[in-house]
Amino acid sequence: MTEIAMLASAALLVIGSFFALVASVGLLRLPDLYTRMHAASKAGTMGSCLLLIALAIHADDIGTMSRALAGVVFFLLTAPVSSHLLAKAAYAVGYRLHSSSVMDDMKRED
Amino acid sequence: MISVAAIFDSAVTLALGILSLSFLVTIYRIVKGPTLPDRILGLDMLVAIAIGFIAVIGIKTGYTLYVDVAIALGLVGFLATVAFARFVLSRGKTEDDIITEAREAAAAARREAKAASRSGAGTTTGRPDND
Repeated sequence: MTEIAMLASAALLVIGSFFALVASVGLLRLPDLYTRMHAASKAGTMGSCLLLIALAIHADDIGTMSRALAGVVFFLLTAPVSSHLLAKAAYAVGYRLHSSSVMDDMKRED
Repeated sequence: MISVAAIFDSAVTLALGILSLSFLVTIYRIVKGPTLPDRILGLDMLVAIAIGFIAVIGIKTGYTLYVDVAIALGLVGFLATVAFARFVLSRGKTEDDIITEAREAAAAARREAKAASRSGAGTTTGRPDND
């Protein structure tokens, strides 16, 4: 394996795990469900996808590489769907936005 | 001059440390999380971090068999989140609603008991169906 690929893989490892840390800190610090979801479903997906891409770069054979990239594609496809479903269910049931929210486009006019 | 292998090894160790930290922070949110959707979101995040862990372990040890496990874990996490979202929707009430219902039921039971004790030895049923 060339040194360039090794360095790229190392950089992706550090950046990806940093994204995962940012997502979990956002999960800890943000005030309500919807803002937490914004942190977890964007930065979290980004983090694990970058780690899988690092694995794909590091892998020697085509099989491992293609499986890691398939995992990336699968994760990119499913994460928005699941978080959208969860947000929609929570909003429909009546979990309120935090009081510092300035806009609610789905508020019913009545 | 630091060798590339040393940089790579320290990057793997750093990634494992950061991922462990974010795992713990997410678990704190799951334990503390005031509502059910917060906990579901935390579990979803936990699955994402676990997939990242599997990728780092696959790089570190060379057991690339675990990539299949990562794909299966992503599938299970997706289905679990969808099922939990359906559960939240079908439950149809928030934690605040449940607490309000319980308070109202308790107040009604108290009022009923007071009325029963005032009217003497009437038909005092305890109303155990108020949850």
